[in-house]
Amino acid sequence: MDFQNPPMMDRQDLRDLKKSIDLGFRDFSRAYGEDIESVFDPLLYFLVWLEKLLLATPWPVVLLVLALLAWFGARSWFVVIGSVLAFLLIGYFGMWKDMVATLAIVSVCTLLCLLVGIPIGVLMARSDRVQSSITPILDVMQTIPSFVYLIPVVMLLGIGKVPGLLAVCIYAMPPIVRLTNLGIRLVDKEVLEAAEAFGASYRQKLFGVQVPLALPNIFAGVNQTIMMALAMVVIAAMIGMQGLGQQVLRAVNNQYLAVGFMNGLAIVALAIIFDRISQNYGKRLQKHLDGGDD
Amino acid sequence: MTEASVEIRGVYKIFGPDPKSMVDLVKNGLTKQELMDVYGHTLGLENVHIDVAHRGIQVIMGLSGSGKSTLIRHINRLIEPTTGEIVVGGRNILEMTRSELRDFRRFGTSMVFQRFSLFPHRTVVENVVYGLEIQNIDKETIADRGQRWIDRVGLSGFENYYPAQLSGGMQQRVGLARALATDADILLMDEPFSALDPLIRTDMQDILLSLQEELHKTIIFITHDLDEALRLGDNIAILRDGVIVQKGSPQSIILEPADDYVAAFTKDINRGRVLKVGSIMETQRLLDGPQIERDMAIEDALQIMIKTGSTKAIVVDNTEAVGSVSLDKLVPALARPEISAGLKD
Repeated sequence: MDFQNPPMMDRQDLRDLKKSIDLGFRDFSRAYGEDIESVFDPLLYFLVWLEKLLLATPWPVVLLVLALLAWFGARSWFVVIGSVLAFLLIGYFGMWKDMVATLAIVSVCTLLCLLVGIPIGVLMARSDRVQSSITPILDVMQTIPSFVYLIPVVMLLGIGKVPGLLAVCIYAMPPIVRLTNLGIRLVDKEVLEAAEAFGASYRQKLFGVQVPLALPNIFAGVNQTIMMALAMVVIAAMIGMQGLGQQVLRAVNNQYLAVGFMNGLAIVALAIIFDRISQNYGKRLQKHLDGGDD
Repeated sequence: MTEASVEIRGVYKIFGPDPKSMVDLVKNGLTKQELMDVYGHTLGLENVHIDVAHRGIQVIMGLSGSGKSTLIRHINRLIEPTTGEIVVGGRNILEMTRSELRDFRRFGTSMVFQRFSLFPHRTVVENVVYGLEIQNIDKETIADRGQRWIDRVGLSGFENYYPAQLSGGMQQRVGLARALATDADILLMDEPFSALDPLIRTDMQDILLSLQEELHKTIIFITHDLDEALRLGDNIAILRDGVIVQKGSPQSIILEPADDYVAAFTKDINRGRVLKVGSIMETQRLLDGPQIERDMAIEDALQIMIKTGSTKAIVVDNTEAVGSVSLDKLVPALARPEISAGLKD
């Protein structure tokens, strides 16, 4: 018995196995790649439209919208002024266009993650069986090295905006699913029983009691999803996603210290702005839970 | 649903992996302990029969773990009985379909909870009208009725507060208004006042009694507090370990406790204040003496007799004489059960 090497598949068989998986997937992507790509066309149009819209908008208007967003989200002058200042600096250092591209892609990704993730979270909260079958998938999505799933995405969809978008979404979706599920499950059983006792239907319980009471947690999920989407922009740049990430990647390849730091810090600025806005908004949602005015 | 009487007939509730198969064993005399040790099931309720009088307050009393909260949840099927019948207004609610049950909960019953169970994200007025929204009533009626009930329970001015901003007593007023707003005939109250301070508890009992005088609902009221039970109940059922040990009027429970358990329960109450002259009077008529109303408490009756210096009094019901009572009847009634049993010998 050989205790130095664990039992291993025959080398030839192993090679054949890998080859057949590769070839199989290649054939699959050749056969269906275009169809699958066309499924994502609307997403691509939307992304391009948003990017163009943001670029066509005069910069003072963009700043005004940002300031309003910051005010309604955070209700704090500090956040409003900080956000506007950060955007001005980004523009001043010549990163406006890249930032807009990043902004557009992160917005579309977040939207897509919420549209898909929240219903999944609701389903998970409804049934233990769904929860126990989806949880491992989420674990894989969060822990698998991003480069690994870039391979099939590129094989299937090539290089460009849509594959970048998908890569970001795979990474950014788990938190919103998890926190929607958790938020709904944490809703006080007694409050839910009261709704039940008054004859509420499943729909009335979900939209009238569970989702509103889960909102603070759901919002923590939105916040996390935005953060993770921003964290992915550099990696997604490797498969052709435009924006600040692309510049960081260029800086790494060419040892441009200044470009790297400037674009990197711009991503940090975006992250902090969106974090403060969404986090404060989430906190305001649970105001009714503490004693209010006392 | 004109007659909102509630009849609970032969209800068993067994908790465990396979409750249905345990029913026959329990009916054939398997004890609670054996059921637990041998079969791993818990007996929650055993052969419970209660006929709740239409438009009366039925108190179900028991200590924690006696099954009272489980029992009240059977009436709107928040908990399903293992076997038995629950007949409301002539209809066995266990045979209702899901949508019939939903309508029954919307229109037939409403509930007040021990820990209020208000919706923390809704304001006072939004909480009060919750049941009405579920009933799909038009907005104007909802606003009207919501305001009326808020005024009725004394919460005017607090409409737009959130529950977390209110004291416990005020929160339970919201709970009460929310339950009454749906106009359901049956009101299920699961220890509604147990979480409140004694003074506020008495306050809430007063509110409930005055509301009941006007509304005449069929109320099923759970409590672990005998004073509360005696004060509110037209009828009282005492539950112990899932079994009804005694049913009857408050007076009969104090005067004739069915067993030592009930006797121990009633031993510390203020008998002079709770017992009415009517429940210990004799039918023999007297010609003269002070007049005492039949529903006067014994301590008040004693006061009158001491003041007038007589040993006997005429018991009247609206000025019409119905019997008599003497000091040597009144005084022993004040003594605790064991002692009064000794005196009879």
